[in-house]
Amino acid sequence: MSKVLVVTSGKGGVGKTTSTAALGAALAKAGKNVVVVDFDVGLRNLDIVMGAERRVVFDMINVIQGDAKLSQALIRDKRVETLSILPASQTRDKDALTSEGVEKIIAELREKFDWVICDSPAGIERGATLAMHHADVAVIVTNPEVSSVRDSDRIIGLLDSKTERAAKGERIEKHLLLTRYDPVRAARGDMLKTEDVLEILSIPLLGIIPESPEVLRASNLGTPVVLSNPDAAPSRAYADAARRLMGEQVPMTVPGEKTGFLTKLFGRRVA
Amino acid sequence: MSFFSFLSRKPTAAIARDRLQILLAHERGTLGGNSDLVAILQEEILAVIAKHVSVEREKVQIKLDRGDSFSTLEIGIEIPPGLAEKQASLKRAALRAS
Ligand SMILES: Nc1ncnc2c1ncn2[C@@H]1O[C@H](COP(=O)(O)OP(=O)(O)OP(=O)(O)O)[C@@H](O)[C@H]1O
Ligand SMILES: [Mg+2]
Repeated sequence: MSKVLVVTSGKGGVGKTTSTAALGAALAKAGKNVVVVDFDVGLRNLDIVMGAERRVVFDMINVIQGDAKLSQALIRDKRVETLSILPASQTRDKDALTSEGVEKIIAELREKFDWVICDSPAGIERGATLAMHHADVAVIVTNPEVSSVRDSDRIIGLLDSKTERAAKGERIEKHLLLTRYDPVRAARGDMLKTEDVLEILSIPLLGIIPESPEVLRASNLGTPVVLSNPDAAPSRAYADAARRLMGEQVPMTVPGEKTGFLTKLFGRRVA
Repeated sequence: MSFFSFLSRKPTAAIARDRLQILLAHERGTLGGNSDLVAILQEEILAVIAKHVSVEREKVQIKLDRGDSFSTLEIGIEIPPGLAEKQASLKRAALRAS
């Protein structure tokens, strides 16, 4: 059975696109058929994070307006065979994203894929509400920081009231993904504690993704971090989160970098 | 990760710069960034092909790779088995008759 998952946050820049690419790649590596869908009309960047920017021909709005078939707009990942991306439009007006159009596309994607992962734009406007509308599962990306937690709370409210599932009186499965987590600052007591964030938002924890320079390297390369460096701390954290999404029980840890003595000495020079 | 793997890791900033240069050149239109060009080419190429065989829109795959000095456009059209030969011979017959 296929699942529609929205990666959302309210607040901008917390790691939604990074997480969409990483979770999508991790699920695809596990053999699932996955499509990652960019809902950020006008400011698309999932294609860039996925390294597909040079291969975009048609986008979601071309499909909605009937200028292209869905199969023509989907771009197959070059590294993982079961991973595809549906780009957002860079140039067209946001209003071209109609709710009927989105509904049709999501229904068609459900038939082709096991996982349809929607990368939401920031904010609580139309783009964000359309991205979450058809979701069965929501991953709420949150940084351990006051404004991010507050925006996540707002988004949780929308998920429980403005989605298709909510309208049908059904529950939408919600998971918290804590990203850009800094173990050093956490140890120093300068960062909101995971327990506190969980208690405030009261939704289950999907994973804790540490802050890591590997994420920037991955974005430079245009390769989801779980593919560019599968052993890196954020990659292992994303892989665990993906396994939890598939229903596996995985003990919760904050993966640290496996750095040897030499790496510590010289690591800075090559970073 | 091996103990010495960091030695072989190349910095990624140059790759990021190259990707951006290519992307922006296309978006700013200096490399013929007309985003509708592909749609126009597709329509016209399909029209030419449709004169000879009937193709389903679903069976047309269009791939584009925007490059530094040139881009490649790849159009894959799936033609049903036997149809191509049959239609071609019909066409030849029609030509001979005219
Ligand atoms: N775990 C991490 N460690 C270090 N940097 C990170 C991490 N996660 C995300 N980033 C960086 O944070 C920035 C924002 O990430 P991203 O684009 O994924 O956020 P977003 O929520 O999609 O943003 P927007 O709201 O603008 O769509 C990027 O520069 C990304 O590389
Ligand atoms: Mg984003």
